Formats: sequence, C-alpha cells, structure tokens
Amino acid sequence: MNGTGFPARFSASLLAAALGFLLGDGIVVTVIAAPPSIESPMTPIKSMVTDPIASGKVSAGSTASKASVTVGPSAMQEGRQSKFPSPGDWPAPVNDQEHRLFTLVDVLEYRPSTGGSQGQEDYRWDVEGWYGGDYNRLWFKSEGQKDTAFKADYDVDFQLLYGRFIQKHYDFQIGPRVETQTFRGRNVTRGLGVIGIEGLVPYNYEFESALFIDQNGAVSARLSLTKDLLLTQRLILQTRFETNAAVQRVEKFTTGSGLNNLEFGVRLRYEIRREFAPYVGISLDRSFGETATFVSQEGGNPSQIRFAVGVRAWF
Amino acid sequence: MKPNLISRRLLLKRTGALGLLAAVERLVPAYALTSATNAGSQTPLSGEIIDLTISEQLFRLDGRTAPAVTINGTIPGPVIRLQEGQQATLRVTNRLEESTSIHWHGLLLPPNMDGVPGVSFAGIEPGATFTYTYPVRQSGTYWYHSHSGMQEQSGVYGPMIIDPIKPEPFRYEREYVVMLSDWSFESPEVLLSNLKKQGSYYNFQKRAAGEFFTDVRRMGFWPAIQNYLMWDQMRMDPTDFADVTGYTYTYLMNGLSPAGNWTGVFRPGERVRLRFIDAAAMTFYDVRIPGLKMTVVQVDGQNVQPVVVDEFRMGPAETYDVIVKPVEDRAYTIFAETMDRSGYARGTLATRAGMSAEIPERRPRPLRTMEDMGMEGMDMGNMPKTSHDGGMTMPGMEPSGDIQKMEPFDDHSSAEHRQHRPGIPPTPGMPDMPGMGTVDQRRSTIPGAEPVKHSPDDHGPGNQTVAEYSQNRMGEAGRGLEDSDRRVLLYTDLKSLAPYPDQREPEREIELHLTGQMTRYMWSFDGKTYSEAREPIHFRYGERLRLTFVNDTMMEHPLHLHGMWMHLENGAGAYLPRKHTVVAKPAERLSVAVTADAPGRWAFHCHLLLHMEAGMFRVVEVSEQ
Repeated sequence: MNGTGFPARFSASLLAAALGFLLGDGIVVTVIAAPPSIESPMTPIKSMVTDPIASGKVSAGSTASKASVTVGPSAMQEGRQSKFPSPGDWPAPVNDQEHRLFTLVDVLEYRPSTGGSQGQEDYRWDVEGWYGGDYNRLWFKSEGQKDTAFKADYDVDFQLLYGRFIQKHYDFQIGPRVETQTFRGRNVTRGLGVIGIEGLVPYNYEFESALFIDQNGAVSARLSLTKDLLLTQRLILQTRFETNAAVQRVEKFTTGSGLNNLEFGVRLRYEIRREFAPYVGISLDRSFGETATFVSQEGGNPSQIRFAVGVRAWF
Repeated sequence: MKPNLISRRLLLKRTGALGLLAAVERLVPAYALTSATNAGSQTPLSGEIIDLTISEQLFRLDGRTAPAVTINGTIPGPVIRLQEGQQATLRVTNRLEESTSIHWHGLLLPPNMDGVPGVSFAGIEPGATFTYTYPVRQSGTYWYHSHSGMQEQSGVYGPMIIDPIKPEPFRYEREYVVMLSDWSFESPEVLLSNLKKQGSYYNFQKRAAGEFFTDVRRMGFWPAIQNYLMWDQMRMDPTDFADVTGYTYTYLMNGLSPAGNWTGVFRPGERVRLRFIDAAAMTFYDVRIPGLKMTVVQVDGQNVQPVVVDEFRMGPAETYDVIVKPVEDRAYTIFAETMDRSGYARGTLATRAGMSAEIPERRPRPLRTMEDMGMEGMDMGNMPKTSHDGGMTMPGMEPSGDIQKMEPFDDHSSAEHRQHRPGIPPTPGMPDMPGMGTVDQRRSTIPGAEPVKHSPDDHGPGNQTVAEYSQNRMGEAGRGLEDSDRRVLLYTDLKSLAPYPDQREPEREIELHLTGQMTRYMWSFDGKTYSEAREPIHFRYGERLRLTFVNDTMMEHPLHLHGMWMHLENGAGAYLPRKHTVVAKPAERLSVAVTADAPGRWAFHCHLLLHMEAGMFRVVEVSEQ
C-alpha cells in the first residue's frame, strides 16, 4: 500500500466540488431549525371563527379561547379574512430532510497464502458509502487489493461521485476516480471519469455498474452483483460476482482490451449485530486474453482460488 | 416486579434502599400504581387548571435504565380527566433543553391550541410555560402527546378522559385505562437512522433456509421455488410487517413491561370498562382477553353500536373502549400481541393483586400476499393455492371462503361474504340500521368496493410499488387474523350509535396515495414528502368532502387528521362512525367523509411516528373560497 497516497489536496478539492454540486442542486446540507425569535409580546389570540356547522350547543369556542403565551406567533391576526399565520419563523413540523452519513465496509479481508511458488498473503477491501438525503447523495467508494488475477501487485482506487436517485431502486452516479497501481516497486496513477448506475435489480441482487474513461480516453467498465442468501436470520451467505472489461489496452495498468476478468466469490458471515459480521469466504478469480498475459508477465497468477477471513461492517 | 420509574434527581439524592423505594412509588403513574395495589381509583388530574411539566427523567425497565422524556415525571403521563362543556386550561411547562409541545389527540379545538409546532404555533421554548385553553366540546377516551421531534417516542404521552354531560348509553361498575406503547433503549434518532441505512434492520423474521425447506416439503419443490423467486423478483419481502420489532422494543401496558404485569382488580360479576389507547410509536396490536368477550362501545372516543368480539386490532393512535364482565374469581390475561408477532404487551385483570393467568402462545408470523400488493389482475391459476403456502395465496379465501381477490371476475354477492363469514355469526344485538338496506345497497355505498386500477402516475422514485388495483378492505380483519376462528372486529362493524348531523353527500373527492420506499425508508403522500410538497391540502370552509386514501405500499398506515372528524365510509349509511385516526391496509382504497368546519391550518399525517418524521405529513388548510 505504499503507493496509495494520491494528493490529499486533490481529494479535498473534489469533495468541495461535489458538495458544491449538491448545494447547487438546491439541497440544504444541514437542516437545523434556527430557534425562532421569542421577542413577541404576550399576544391574546382569539379563535379564528365561529362554527356554524357544529351543533350550536357549544358557543364558547368563538370567544373563550384565549391564550396567554410566553412564546407565540406575532403574526397571528384576527379574523378569517386574513391569511393564516405565516409559519416563517416556526420550525418545520417534521425533520424530513435530515442528511446522513453511511459507510459500508462490504469486504475487509485477509487472504492467506495458498501455497506454491506464487502464493502470497494479501488483503483486500471494498468500501462504499454516502452522505446526503433521500435523493441527492455524495458517494465515496474505495477498493484496494493486492495480487489478484486481474491486477498484479497493489491496486487501489478511490471514487467520489455525485449520485441521484433517479429511478425506483436506482442511483445514477457521476464523478472522478483515481487509480494507483504499484508495479515492480514503481507507482503509476491515473485519473478517470465515472458514470455509473447502482441499485437493486429484480431478484434482489445489489447491482453496481460503472463506465470509466481515463485521462487519455481509454474506456473500461466494471459490473458487480451481490446477493444475500439467509441460512438463518443472522448466518448469511453472500454471493458476489464481479467482472471488468476494457475497450483499449492500457498496458501500464495491466489492462488488455476485451474481457479482463471474472470473479466469483461466496462469503459466509454471521451478523453479531446488523452492523458487524465476521466472515469466511472463498473466491475464484480468473483473467482472460491480453490481461492474463500481462498479469503473467508481471509475475502474477492469472487464475486464482483464494480463501479469506474478514469482517463486514457498516456505520 | 416493581414499578419502573425513577427520577434522576431523586435517585441521586437518595441512595438508600428505602429512599429508592419511596422514589419509585412516587413516580409511577398514579393509575398504574394504584390499580396494581388496590382496586379502583385511577387518580386523575382534573379541574379548572391543570399543570403539566415536561422534563427528562431516567426510565427504568426490567433492570435497565435510560433517559426518557416524561410528563410530570411518569411514563405514561398522568390521566387527565375533563368534563364535557368545561373550559380546559392546561399549563405546560418545558423543563427540557429543546422546544416541546403537547397535542391533544382527537380533540376539536381552535387551531392555535392544537399543539403542532410549525403548524399551529411555534412550540414551547425551554423554560417557558404555554397555556392551552379551549372549551371541551366532546366526550370519550382520548390521549395527548408531544408533537415535537421524537419526544413522543421518548415518553411524552398520556391518557385523557372526558366525561360526558349526558349519561352514557352503557353501564359499568369499574374502569381502567389500558395504554399500550413501545419502548426502545435505542433513541428514536438511532431507530430512524438504522432504518434509513437498512430498511429491514429490525426484521429478524425473514424467510431463511429452514423455512424454505419446510415450504418445499409442504408445497412441493417448484411451487416453493416459484414463490420465493416471485417475491425476490419484485424486490419485496413478504415478512415485512413492522419496521421496528421486538428486537429492540419492549411493549408496555400502562408503562409496565410484560414482566411488570400491570394488573387491574375487579370483583366477580362487575362490568369493567377498559379504555384501550395505542400510544405506540410504531406498533399495531391485536388485543384479546382469553376467557372474556369484549363489547366494543366506543371507538376513538365516539359511541358506537355495541359489537361483541373476541379480538380487535388497533393501530397507533386509535382508541377502543370495551366492556368485559368477568364472573369467575380468577385472573384473566390482557394480551396485546404485536401484528408482526415479534412480541406482546401483557397485563392482568384479577380479583386480587399479584394474581396472574396463563400467557397465550404467540401465533406464527403472518405473510403478505399478492392481495397486499394490489395485484388483483394476476391469474390465480399460476399460483399455488394451498393454505399457508408461504405468502402466495389469499389466506382469507380458503377455509372461510372469504372473497376479495376474485371480486373483479366473480361478480356475485362478494359483499355478503365479507359481511358474514362462515363460522362467524352476525353480531348479536346489533339492530338493523335504517338506511343500510340490503347487501347490494350496502356494497354500493362503500367507495372502492370494486377494485380500481391505478393511474399511470407511479409517484416517482420515492414510491417503490404501486398497488395495481386498490380496493376497499374494511371488511377484512387484517393480515394475520384472517384464519382466526375468533370473532375479530372489522371496520365494517363500526356504526355510530346516533347519526351525526351533517348527512350531506360529499361534494368533491380528494385522492391521496400513501407511498413509500422500504429499502431507503422513504415515506410520503403522492410520492412527495412534507418538504417536497410545500403546498397544503385545501379544504373549502363548510364543504363536505370525501378523502380517499389509496395505499400503494405493502404496510398498514394509521392516518390522523387533526381538528376535524373523519367519517369512515364503511357502508353504515346514516350511521357512519367518526374517527380521528383511520388505518389503511396494504393496497386498500378507503374513503372518509369530512365536514370542513374548522378553519385554520391542521396537521394530517401517518401516525407511525418514524413514517411521519420521514415526511409522511401534510398541512390541511381550511379556508373560504
């Protein structure tokens, strides 16, 4: 992970830009009702009108309702001709625009050596999350791994996306991505643009797809699907499918054109709490075509079966 | 089980065991304490002026302690007992560090006395005292609660009883308030936050592998696979009955846990009036007292023609007054099972304190059906039809022959099936109503009796599903009760004791769709939250209008209109019952008639408090023009 540190300034400015995007979309980031001014003097409030429809036995309603208030609307006026009191300085009755921060560490695992000459211990993470409301969210995603069938040595990427809930079940996402690879002790880094769709497809698969265009115009894509199968209420088998493909060959990033790899994994977790679940898993990962050749050339293994122990957590 | 309230201050002051005990006794709601120890008195607050103080206290339950927000130091707050015709003056003092409010649930009063911050007034600032004063124009069982933030869920609720001027049309020798609620040691903010991040966070009754194999054995391999795949295909969960469950909730009766066993004492042969109030934040209860028939005499504080039932379902904010007549010298369990069967509230009616009766077993968790999705048009031939087949068929259809789904295609006297189910005799002692007429006439008087196809407008991304066909379901007991051989109260059983004055036909109709997105926990009307909608719903002053609720979601929603009655259009002709809170079932089309006689701005919202907070809220504005 020695080559991961892309400039902090860059990420900070991205964050600022994305926040600006959110704000520009007419969203108030923090909704905290300002305390209403309480200077209004004690205002006797008369009830609005008499009630010709209700049975006449209670006539008190028209005059008797007098409130001595220490806090109250100063705009309140008599008579039904006037507008109803303007709740301009009143708090909202419900707080339905609260913004929240969600972080899901879907994969955080240690993968022991599987033996053989090329076997190495390594690790992997896949984190994503968002800050925002129901419709507009600032998404962040990070994946990092070492020595997969798809990429040799270290590979770390980070995305910061603006997401909008555009369709039932689906978020549209757009933003930048930074990818860093360590290659025989040397770092290579590139910036990419991301357009993606994330959501829940029929049959309850979590679906994440993205199209990437790097700074030189090379186009690639990623698709992943995960699904939870409940063995019990807390023992859950997650199946995970991921594939990468590219239009152009980008040798520097171990990427051939065409289908890059297919990965299929299962992870059996136990939800001690909803938020915290240790797991064990196995994943089969294989690269294809040019990509496989590059991986082999760089000393990687284009076809791997890996065991994993890890933790899935969210907060 | 000792009563469960301890004031933080007192706890700090007195450390000795005796002191602690004294504190406990002092801070339990008077009616819970007295009824648990001696028969009869539920010491209420009454009179010309009533003082209430809202403050933070420690709440103790089954050995755990957490901060709570209380009225006069107790959960629930004190019983307020008013007299119809009096001028009520209630001074509410805020000892919190945030704004607060009290809303008088179900009361007709001037709009500025209704107590909804942002709609009726600005709220009560810390340290301030707000004086509510209004003429009491009605009688019955009501309640009061905070309408500020999440305070109600943190303990700010209490019963309110209004005694009528005229004698009541029923007799009883003894009465108790039975206030049901739910308590979590997680804060309401955490509950909502968890649900926003994972909609099924609290559901630990999903269909897992074990149940699948059981279903395979019972239904056969392919039908079981098809069933599970169908729900998966729709991205829906048939076990979704409660957003917040017994995983985190302790269900309370008069502030006591099931172990606390609230007890009301009676003498054999006495008629006992039980005033049930569902003050829960998120919980529907199925209430029964094994061994006793219950005669429902009031609903939402309004007299109804008596109905004898074994069980009734109540949604949050509804109230039901029942009279029971225990003749044996023994204990009876008051059993309030949650709709999702993940827990229960429990208390006891007994001839002496300290007695208890058997606690019934909880019934299996029910499953949603295609009917709950409003998929009337689906071909039944493709569906397995065995009973209990795992959420696929219409449980009501089998042994009872109850018909809902087939109605569009099977056009014969379905209303009759709904009204008089085999095995359930017509209610005794229920006179035929003038104006109700024959079955066919009755059917035509319930708006939505025939299924109505949904318009093309699907209400946007914030609405996960659309009930393709919506239909009135007031004749159904509700999911989980449909196979019961007990007599369960139906909305169609409710008939006002006397006709209400305004018998006009509604001049116009406002249709509101109940919408939501379970996985993101979004809740709204017509796909828009309160903040997104901005515009209030406008009623013309003096008009009689029909509000039609179309429930596009797969959950029940208790809808509460402030300031005016909703006359439930349940086919009772001139005897429509009136309610302040109406429960709409999944895929139901339900209409109420409203006389817009209360000018001003009023709140209208779902009384599942987390749905309300998520935006299922509107302002109704009643004005001329």
